[in-house]
Formats: sequence, C-alpha cells, structure tokens
Amino acid sequence: MIPPETTSQEQVDMSTSGGRSEQTSGDPSERSSGAPSEQSQAAPDMSALGVREGAGHAIKVAGLHAYYGQQHAIKGINLDFPANEVTAIIGPSGCGKSTMVRCINRMHEEIPGARAEGSVTLDDFDVYAPGVDVTSVRRLIGMVFQKPNPFPTMSIFNNVAAGLRLTGTKADNLRERVHRALRAVGLWNEVKGRLDAPGIGLSGGQQQRLCIARAIAVEPEVILMDEPCSALDPVATLKIEELIDELKERYTIVIVTHNMQQAARVANSTVFMLDGEVIEHAPTNTIFTTPHDERTERYVTGKFG
Amino acid sequence: MSAAERIQALAPVSGRRRYTDTMMRGLLLAATIVALIPLVLVIYYLIKRGVGSWGGSFFTSDPNGNFFGNPGGIRSALLGSLEIVGLATLIAIPIGVGVALYLTEYGKQSLFANVVRYFVDVMTGVPSIVFGLFIFIVLVLAHVGGNFTAWKGSVALSLLMLPIVVRSAEVVLLLVPSELREAALALGAPRWRVVFRVVLPTALPGLVTGSLLAIARGMGETAPLLFTTAGAFGLTFSLSQQMNALPLQIYNDILSPRNVVVDRAWGAALALVTLVLILNVVARVASQRSRMA
Repeated sequence: MIPPETTSQEQVDMSTSGGRSEQTSGDPSERSSGAPSEQSQAAPDMSALGVREGAGHAIKVAGLHAYYGQQHAIKGINLDFPANEVTAIIGPSGCGKSTMVRCINRMHEEIPGARAEGSVTLDDFDVYAPGVDVTSVRRLIGMVFQKPNPFPTMSIFNNVAAGLRLTGTKADNLRERVHRALRAVGLWNEVKGRLDAPGIGLSGGQQQRLCIARAIAVEPEVILMDEPCSALDPVATLKIEELIDELKERYTIVIVTHNMQQAARVANSTVFMLDGEVIEHAPTNTIFTTPHDERTERYVTGKFG
Repeated sequence: MSAAERIQALAPVSGRRRYTDTMMRGLLLAATIVALIPLVLVIYYLIKRGVGSWGGSFFTSDPNGNFFGNPGGIRSALLGSLEIVGLATLIAIPIGVGVALYLTEYGKQSLFANVVRYFVDVMTGVPSIVFGLFIFIVLVLAHVGGNFTAWKGSVALSLLMLPIVVRSAEVVLLLVPSELREAALALGAPRWRVVFRVVLPTALPGLVTGSLLAIARGMGETAPLLFTTAGAFGLTFSLSQQMNALPLQIYNDILSPRNVVVDRAWGAALALVTLVLILNVVARVASQRSRMA
C-alpha cells in the first residue's frame, strides 16, 4: 500500500500502522500529537516508500535465509525490532549475528558469492522487493562497524559530511547538519577547534563516535551497530553506551555484541542466536535472569560460547 | 632453581650456529654491495662525462649545429621527450587506472577479469621494439595522418606504459581497506561515487608512484620511437611532425665519430636521468600535499 505523497499525516499513520503500533514503545501522547514535522521535511520520500513518518520505525525480519556460496549461515529467522528500542544480539562467534544484521541493510550481498532470501520490512517498506534501490535502503538504515573506519583522506568535518556528499544530497545547511551530528555524538566540544584536522588523528573511541556522527548525519531511521565497542577501551565503551541510550529517542537500534554486560546495560530486549537460528528473543532482563531455553541459560552463565 | 641457575642450565648457542649466522650476514651484505656497484658506477660516469657538456647553450640550442663548430645543444630533444611522453601519459594513465578499477571494483575474480589480468601480464613482457613495430605497421605504413609523426611515438609508448600502470594501480587499489568501501556503501552511496570519492583519493599516493614508474620507463625508451617518431634535429611543437627526443638524440650522438657529439650524448643522458628525478620529487610532493587536504 503506497499512499500518495499529498496524503495528510493522519491518513498515512492510519493506513500503515495497523497492528504494529502495539510493538512500538514510543510515548503515545507524543505520537498522537501528530508526528514531528521537521522529520518529514528532511526525508520527503519516505511516505512514498511505505515507511511511516513519525518518531519510530520498526523492523520485521521474516523467513530470512542467508548464504555464503554453499554455506547456509542464517537458517530461517523471524524477528521484530520494535521502534525506538535497542535490541541486542548475542551469541557465540560464527553464529550469524553479523550476517543477520548485514542482511537488514542489504550489505550482505556486497560479499562475493553471498545471497539472502526472505523478507525484511521497515514499517511497510519491503527492503528486498524487486526494483528497490539498495542505496535508498542503506540511507534509511545506517550502519556502524566493528572497527572505527573514518575515511583517511578526509578531515573531521568532511568525514561527517561524507554521507551527504556521497549520496549526492543537496544540503544548503551542510555545515549546520555536520555540527548537529557532532553534537549528537558528544564530539563537538572535543573537535570544534580542529574540524579540518584528519579524522584518523582522533583516538579510537573518538573515531567510532565520528563514524556514528557520519551515520546519523544522513538522517537514517534505523542504526545497525556491529560490535561497535569491541575495539575500544572501557571508558570509550561507556561513552558509546551512553550515546546509544540517547540515540534511541530518535532511532531504532540493533546492536550486535560479544559483551553480555553491554547487552544488559543498553538493550530493551535481547536476542540469543546459535548456529544461524534465533534461540530466544525476550526482554533483556528475562534473558539474563530467567531464560526459557536451556541453551540461553548456559550461554549467559558462561557455561559455553 | 634460581633464574641464574636455569639460564646456565640452558644449552649455550653452539659455535656452528654462531659461525653460520656470521657467514649468512656477510653474504647478504656482500650481495647488497655487488648490486650497488653498477648503480654507483652509472651515476658516477653520467656525472663525470655529462656535466662537462652542460652549460653554454646546451639547453637553449637545437642539435643542428655546424659540423666543424659548435654541434648545438639538446633543446629540441628535451622538449620533444616531454611532449611525446606527456601525450603517452595522458593516454596510458586514465586507461590504465580505469582497467585497474574495473579489475578491483567490478571484475574481481570473474573469468573475464582473470583473462584481462593474464593479457596485461603478457603485455608487460613484450619487448618495447615490438610495440614500435606494431605502430609502424598499423599507423605508419598505413599512412594514418602522415608517415612518421610524434603522436604515433606517443601511442607506441602508451602501449608500453599501459600494463605497468594497470599492474601497479591494481596492487595499490587492492590495498585500500575493504572497510572503507563498506563504510561508504553503508551510507547509501552508489558504487561509482564510492570509487571516485573514497577509493581513488585513498589510493592516490600509490597511484602516483606507479604512474611515475611507467613515465620513467617511457622517458628512456628508444625502440618504440625509432620507427614511429623517427627523430628530427630542429625544434617543433607539432605532434603531427617528426620530433626529436632524448633517447633518440643519445642513440644518434653516441655513434658519432666526433668527441663533442659523443659528449653531448652523455650530457643528454644526464639530463634524462635528472628529468626523471625531478618528476619523481614533484609528484611525490604533490601527492603528499593532496593527502593532507
């Protein structure tokens, strides 16, 4: 169902939210007051794509299979990532956490020989529908990687602006948007005097926050984080975790982590994966205290993995 | 057992091992020195024989002087070399980098890409005179835009430079971390923008170095120019005429019975080496500057 762009906000909400609003945890009073208008200005094409405008956007993964050549890495996954929540994915190495996340923004298919089957929907927008432009998928679903990867030829400013420039976005307020993104990740006070310095001159933790700023500068709806803290020291990790807590006000966040304490600290719900399958998806508290599955319990108590 | 006792208990390094170590180090050092001897001698003779002819009107006159008096300088050869190699560079580098980009970013390990790689390797091994002959047959004998012209020499040189550019550029482009490509793709960038805004700038210093290797190689080649550009003594800026070039000048002069003319060959050789050196330094500085920007 694709509502015409001229449809008013209320109609868009009604036509696309059916049954899904229970999953969102956004403040109902805020949502009923008619969705922030500055967002619809930033990405006017979203309603045309079937993505509900407003504070939060949920992701639904259904019947997802992923392969590397002959190797069957993801074996039929069904998952819901509620809007404006942090969902952590834990599991032993090689269980398919990263692969699953990379299927959400179609980065999986960049690997030679890799393919995915099944469906991933952002609200009502089917990411894998025929004819969908992968670049628009990735603009709506941003990604932060394990190793901080600022562009080495670019300054701090240009790194954050890179997303806008690389996508050909004509932004009159480029400077303002870059500054806003740097403030959002708490990097502004540390770098405001040297925006023209190379991005790779920053410390590891600062680089990772720079990469998060780069991801949010293009104003995505969802942020995927693939072990964003595994290359960082505990202090930098703490800063990123605080940042994640703030970012969920605006974004839906999926975070892959090896660190179970981290999952416990930042996530509303936690998914436990094993051998390419989801074993359990429950509120974080439940996963770590009273898991239903015996394998989950053994993993979170450190008996294997 | 104390640490001192334990160290004493460990078997000492045997005399044979010590001896082998010293011998091998000595051999490696000797090999390095042997390799340096011809290099140093070349530079020594170039400077000793060449510097004498520099000066006066060496760089400001053409080699068409009086048979009994001043034989003239190398102006037309120097400018001719710059023009011919400049055009060859303009042909070889965009195409070569383009091929390398295709191989690393799009072709990857496909059958076609591997066939291209194989042919590029074969081209690297083709003797330079074969490229000269090829252009002689295809462009000179066929009277395409005149007989012997400078631009045909450029085409022959670009054929010679192309595989060097492709191979060196491919190596450098593969060194660009795949994380950077992923980072850019994950922002929603189309692949061509990733290539132009991220991959190429990151690889630029290496691309410059590889291209310089090709330019230096092209500068010194005589064979591809012999049957294509054919040489001249006078100064010309028209690429559709016969043109002088430093290697051609050296080739002609060194066969002369007159000592002044042989000396001019040495002077021209020194000028050629200096030219390549200057290009190297300029390009390195330029690529370092651009990296900072």
